[in-house]
Amino acid sequence: MSVIIYAENWDGKFKKLTFELASYGAKVAEMLGTSLVAVSIGKVEESELKKLGKYGVQKVVTTDHELLRHLDSKAYTSLIARVAQKEGAKVIVMASNNAGKSIAPRLSVKLKAALGSGVNKLPLTTEPFVVSKKVFSGNAFAHLLLNTEVKIITLMQNSFDLAENAVEPVIENFSVELDGAEVKTVVKDVQKHEGKILLTDAEIVISGGRGMKSADNWQPILELAELLNAATACSRPVSDEGWRPHEEHTGQTGKIIAPNLYFAIGISGATQHLAGVSSSKYIVAINSDKSAPIFEAAQYGIVGDAMKVLPKLVEAVKEIKTK
Amino acid sequence: MNVLVCISNVPDTTTKVKFTDNNTRLDTAGIQWVINPWDELSLTRALELKDDASTGVKQVSVAHVGPVSSEPTIRKALAIGADNAFRVNVEPADAYQVAAALAEVVKAGQFDIILCGIESSDYNGSNVGSMLAEFLDLPSVSAISNLKVEGGQAVITREIDGGKEVVVVPSPFVGIVQKGIAKEPRIAAMRGIMMARSKPITVLEAPAAEALSSFVAYEPPQPRAACKFIDPENAAQLIEMLQNEAKVI
Repeated sequence: MSVIIYAENWDGKFKKLTFELASYGAKVAEMLGTSLVAVSIGKVEESELKKLGKYGVQKVVTTDHELLRHLDSKAYTSLIARVAQKEGAKVIVMASNNAGKSIAPRLSVKLKAALGSGVNKLPLTTEPFVVSKKVFSGNAFAHLLLNTEVKIITLMQNSFDLAENAVEPVIENFSVELDGAEVKTVVKDVQKHEGKILLTDAEIVISGGRGMKSADNWQPILELAELLNAATACSRPVSDEGWRPHEEHTGQTGKIIAPNLYFAIGISGATQHLAGVSSSKYIVAINSDKSAPIFEAAQYGIVGDAMKVLPKLVEAVKEIKTK
Repeated sequence: MNVLVCISNVPDTTTKVKFTDNNTRLDTAGIQWVINPWDELSLTRALELKDDASTGVKQVSVAHVGPVSSEPTIRKALAIGADNAFRVNVEPADAYQVAAALAEVVKAGQFDIILCGIESSDYNGSNVGSMLAEFLDLPSVSAISNLKVEGGQAVITREIDGGKEVVVVPSPFVGIVQKGIAKEPRIAAMRGIMMARSKPITVLEAPAAEALSSFVAYEPPQPRAACKFIDPENAAQLIEMLQNEAKVI
């Protein structure tokens, strides 16, 4: 019996999200009185795999195959299912990100295991097994009963604190025989946004809305983001206007994020926008309209002209950074 | 080439959701039901492909899982331009059961591209499309932001963490579609609404697939503390509070 996490890597490296999953998995394993196993797919050095031990992973099952260097949801599902069966997995945990969302549902069908997706905290109870998740785009939380022997959870990013629990993990190689017929997805081209902080990974996000009035006014937002090591985002009208790229759109139909700190600048705070950012730990709103709904979601607010306020914030951040 | 678009009906995204029966059930009184926004974009893209003769897309069908009361949603999709529709006659209980029901539609027709929205705006599961693919043992590609058909083959742009990939997969496949796939959802014109009345809706009975999960309770989000306002003339104070009070910078 075990709890399994899928430890995704990015160019052979894990990131904070992976360790959040490990910390979460370790706690679920403790609740069930069992051990924690991680599955890694792709080329990851042993020294990197061992980092999972710091967060309570007792065993790492690692597999590499040149056909598995890009995500093929069917092939990945089949592989994780085999490891889950071999390890007697009772609960399988993945991230609620692109990879997790494309593997977990397939795995649910393959193993006939109930899936709780976008879970935001530890299971409320394990007998029966009930998890909590956001529904109606953040307007409510639901308690979802997972009614099968094996359960699958996808965990929201930045919803579980890292918890160190150092053990020396066993590393086990799992070899797979694959031919081209089993891997159907052929990647023709990859375009990466080099050197940018990923919006979904960022601890601080600086976001601008229609109140910024023009694409030409973005400079202070970019400068503030740079100073705070933050990612930049925008509201839907801004990406629709082409002032900022679509990848930056946060909101119900764009990216759903949960940073520690979210700056909403010139954003009125429509329901659809809040749906994408309401899990932020702190929201700062800067808006010239004091009745804008964003102030109901924010903990800190400035009623004023963003173009006048932003330079002052940039100066204030420069000051604390030089101290 | 035939395209099947799976559509779900959801409360209008501006709905103030309320619960009933001691917070165990959604209160559906007064709710306006609409096509799930991502499904609507999938349908729009499918129709754009059909409009372009070079793609070879000849027919766009829609599939929906739900009781007869959800037929207005299907009629709306037909009015927007879908050629025909399938409805699996069962009250949706969870994603597993819905995907199993949709698999029956795929088996009943000849579809080369099956499109699903990346999530529904009600239960935010992101599950049905990938589950459907696994039921059918088909390839699936998630987070699609662009879909073209060139020389009889689908050419897909999918979003990955920190970038994009252009991929191809053999048909049939399930495409799980996100923002970017189409600019604005297509709107039904009067002529489309008239024509939709005579377009066929095939009703299928549900397969024997039980739900694996169920919602047992709902809770409203915790109210946040009231906003602390800072004088715009003294904006530096905000940075001081974020550093020393909230401790987030």
